Amino acid sequence: MSETKKMLYINRNAPYGTIYALEGLEVVLIGAAFEQDVSMAFIGDGVYQILKGQDTSDSDMKNFSPTYNALGDYEVTKLYVEQESLDERGLTVDDLMPLVYEDEDDDWAEKPSIVVLSRTELAGVMAGQDVLFNF
Amino acid sequence: MAIELNGKTYETDEEGYLADLSQWDEDIATYMANDDDIELTDAHWEVINFLREYYEEYQIAPAVRVLTKAIGKKLGKDKGNSKYLYQLFPYGPAKQACKFGGLPKPTGCV
Repeated sequence: MSETKKMLYINRNAPYGTIYALEGLEVVLIGAAFEQDVSMAFIGDGVYQILKGQDTSDSDMKNFSPTYNALGDYEVTKLYVEQESLDERGLTVDDLMPLVYEDEDDDWAEKPSIVVLSRTELAGVMAGQDVLFNF
Repeated sequence: MAIELNGKTYETDEEGYLADLSQWDEDIATYMANDDDIELTDAHWEVINFLREYYEEYQIAPAVRVLTKAIGKKLGKDKGNSKYLYQLFPYGPAKQACKFGGLPKPTGCV
């Protein structure tokens, strides 16, 4: 067994219009099978990926936002959101989907996955990673 | 590729998964299972229906590790293990049960 690496997937793009968000999410789900320490960050327009109430019926793209709710099942339980990116877009954490995970070690209690961090704090999280992926 | 059954045409991809999820019904599930030499029992349907509900909620078919854990939580520990699930679906529970359930191949499944 090789040692566990800390991997952060950084999402910088709006969910639709390009395939970055969907492809990034699929890579996270696939990568989670390798039992690494996986977390995600949402920066810039990336915060729109986890916005509540997405509706793609006027476009040709599938609304894949429900899939973010499955991340907890895949043991991806740390979703960092940059405070400044929310502020710049007039958003608060209440505009985001209430993503949770069930803590196996705490009788399956539901706990929030979203952690809002300042730009400086997020830079610290990035510095502590072994691998960064940009989508 | 396509399957003709009871006067209906079901389009499939090259691996036999349904091309159009909305075409799925229990007849095509039974047909696909028979094609793999499996007779669907209540135990099979329990897993297939679970996968269909999971897909409905999350828009993805779960990886086998996630499926096993989730089945164990919902249907009991005696069913949430790979031995039980592989007995039902010898070609891989996620892969084969998804096919019978009309769902796409699980993400990350090779």
